[in-house]
Amino acid sequence: MAAIMTVPPVSRGFRGRTRSGDASNRLPPGQHVTTDFPVLSAGPTPQPHLETWRLSLHHGDSMLAEWSWKEFEALPQSVVTVDIHCVTSWSKLGTTWQGVTIDALLEAAGLSDPPAPFVLIHCDGGYTTNLPAEDVLGGKAMVATRYDEEQLAPEHGGPARLLVPHLYFWKSAKWARRLQFIEDDEPGFWESLGYHMYGDPWREQRYSGD
Amino acid sequence: MAIRGESNATPATDVGASSSSRMPWRVAEVTTVIEETPRVRTLVLRVPDWPGHMAGQHVDVRLTGEDGYQAQRSYSIASAPEASRVMLTIERLEDGEVSPYLAAEVRAGDRFELRGPIGRYFVWTAAVGGPLFLIAGGSGIVPLMAMLRHRAAIKSTVPAYFLYSSRTVEDIIYRGELDRLAALRDGLTIYHTFTRQQPEGWTGGARRIDRAMLADACPPRERPRIFICGPTSLVETAAALLLDLGHERGLIKTERFGPTGTMT
Repeated sequence: MAAIMTVPPVSRGFRGRTRSGDASNRLPPGQHVTTDFPVLSAGPTPQPHLETWRLSLHHGDSMLAEWSWKEFEALPQSVVTVDIHCVTSWSKLGTTWQGVTIDALLEAAGLSDPPAPFVLIHCDGGYTTNLPAEDVLGGKAMVATRYDEEQLAPEHGGPARLLVPHLYFWKSAKWARRLQFIEDDEPGFWESLGYHMYGDPWREQRYSGD
Repeated sequence: MAIRGESNATPATDVGASSSSRMPWRVAEVTTVIEETPRVRTLVLRVPDWPGHMAGQHVDVRLTGEDGYQAQRSYSIASAPEASRVMLTIERLEDGEVSPYLAAEVRAGDRFELRGPIGRYFVWTAAVGGPLFLIAGGSGIVPLMAMLRHRAAIKSTVPAYFLYSSRTVEDIIYRGELDRLAALRDGLTIYHTFTRQQPEGWTGGARRIDRAMLADACPPRERPRIFICGPTSLVETAAALLLDLGHERGLIKTERFGPTGTMT
């Protein structure tokens, strides 16, 4: 961690927006507030059918539990209102989501503890992302199916996406289908392509080496 | 997306990179400003110790006001890896905080910080091969132009089809250069479509990108490597149509910008 201290050059004539005190306290470094909801995905939006949709929980190569859409919708629901932070520097404040917490998923699978210290999320389209198990427990993460009381739109990850609002939003993988607990951390899609393994916005962990 | 393959094929060096040193902020100096269209400018930058980039990558730009206030945004790199200067092409967004400054106020000699290159997915190199099928709307052309410039610089003759949607002829970014590239007759074909206003006597596309345009520009049997960049609505539409036409999901890479409108 060799910190090179440089004084940033003043960009002549740049003033930026008027900063509101409230928002700036809630904004991690380098972020700005957007009121839109930008879409960022690496490929075409999948169109899964709810009749064949399944969400499953795995420990390594063995499946621990699997839910159909109907079964998944019957699990205990939680609603959260959180700020979300995209690595491309936009943040959206006060977003409201509904879904099933990972704690509730584990409980439904008859587990009191996560079976392994890391989890790899697998999605329709082949996208993956990796997280420490402790970052998806204690109410810190859910598989979300609704945004602002509406079914999650396909381009925003519908029918179900991960929501881990305390990490950069690429960790909140769209179109989640398989939660695989693993013994050793391994990089997911963006993490293999130069993005940070953990992705804490408050420590500005955007890219490898941050 | 051949994402699983990409993930599984992670080179050891990539993992190693996560423990490597932090990508530094570099001070870029604007050497030249090019007015591309009434709303779009290219900034030609001198970036000391620029490590080089691949066509399609982007950078983070950080501006600092006199009071120390900072604002940060991501912009695609427009220049080919072979170019001696890094170029960014920026469209002025009406409600933007940073783009009105970069696309209107900045002049030669001004400086700001830049960090990159970033992203190793939406990139084209000779090793990726072809044919190449590029689809852009508006300033979505920027990373694709880096690919076309790179293709020309390495004298690649892989067939390349470029379908470009602009509002009007005046809104075509890199218009003169696109004409020159097409005139090289090295396998590049450019299709323009205009969504707001067509020039007199125009017989080409006169609507938003649709199924017929995509089918005509490059058939699936050529198995092109596809890159789509533009507003979300264009990207969503084009990607879905391409799948429907029979293109392989694993060959379609997308990059989107702009709002989605509503969440419903």
